[in-house]
Amino acid sequence: MESEEKSRDARVITVSSGKGGVGKTTATANLGISLASLGKRVVVIDADIGLRNLDVIMGLENRIVYDLVDVVEGRSKLRQAMIKHKKFDDLFLIPAAQTRDKMAVSPEDMVQMTEELREDFDYILIDSPAGIERGFRNALEPADEVLIVTNPEVSAVRDADRIVGLIEAAEKGPGKLIINRLKTDLVRKGEMLSSDDVYDILGLSIIGIIPEDELVLSASNSGIPVTLNMNSQAGMAFGNVARRIMGEDVPFMNLDGNPGILRRFLRLFDGR
Amino acid sequence: MGIFKTLFGRHKQGSGATAKDRLRFVLQHDRIHLPPERMEEMKREILAVIVKYLVVDQDRVEIDLEQRDRRQSKLVAEIPFSGQQPAHSASDARLPALSADSADKT
Repeated sequence: MESEEKSRDARVITVSSGKGGVGKTTATANLGISLASLGKRVVVIDADIGLRNLDVIMGLENRIVYDLVDVVEGRSKLRQAMIKHKKFDDLFLIPAAQTRDKMAVSPEDMVQMTEELREDFDYILIDSPAGIERGFRNALEPADEVLIVTNPEVSAVRDADRIVGLIEAAEKGPGKLIINRLKTDLVRKGEMLSSDDVYDILGLSIIGIIPEDELVLSASNSGIPVTLNMNSQAGMAFGNVARRIMGEDVPFMNLDGNPGILRRFLRLFDGR
Repeated sequence: MGIFKTLFGRHKQGSGATAKDRLRFVLQHDRIHLPPERMEEMKREILAVIVKYLVVDQDRVEIDLEQRDRRQSKLVAEIPFSGQQPAHSASDARLPALSADSADKT
């Protein structure tokens, strides 16, 4: 066990979407927390220069001293810019700069930074900005694999497909899909795309289906990611994604079930 | 076909099914970087060539894009015709076009 800690070899996972507002940052924060709570050493990087938000979603906004651009421009060492999470000693955030733009960082800078971090972490998660330009390129370049967050809506799925094309062109693909904010009652009525519909259209393997959950808003209000809330179905779904990332074969939740009971029931089995 | 299916296909199944059909249509064109209006232009050009040689039943022409996945697309055309155009108009068009084409490709 102890020799394992000496030299880790992190997987770099970029969280992207194309369209804004589908839940990339929420997903990144929750996956970081979940992986850390499962005993992994994790760093999450906010690559959305100029529109940083991962810090507030994780409740770390008042601890920032240095940011990503400070590191790239040599004002700070990488370690100095890493903010340790309040609750998990093995979870760190590298915040984006808020007053600069995407051009302050190059794809090569991101590769250099992740290479430096690899041996000290199990997972490096990169929160990509929306869009398909420089910021996305910065987030994509160092990736070993890519998660694509989408909502079961026409515009979000279309943009996800566009991103998949770019990911494949960069030979980082095909990527895995997280379908976020699925409203099961609407799917049942035929008034929303189902996860099967999205799979049929995009042809990507699905690594997570996150149900719509009001607790996600409360979580972002308070800066405590929803996966730390035992009563949240979305929180549990993010936890399942983390375990799938680690290679566990976790069955998809029955989204028709009662959240609280279902969660407690599953916890009996997996002992977490 | 995309539009046809959208309008008449699974009308009664709710807006989710409509969303799926509309997405399929949009993505077919996104993936090959050929928007619907350019596709129509291409169809007109294809037909313009064919009618030089054959008497085409224009009302029954169908040229559609079929896509199995992101990488595999094909054009499927059904172009009914009733016979040959008179010989002189065909030979006028054929010779210069062929030589220019084969020189470019090789």
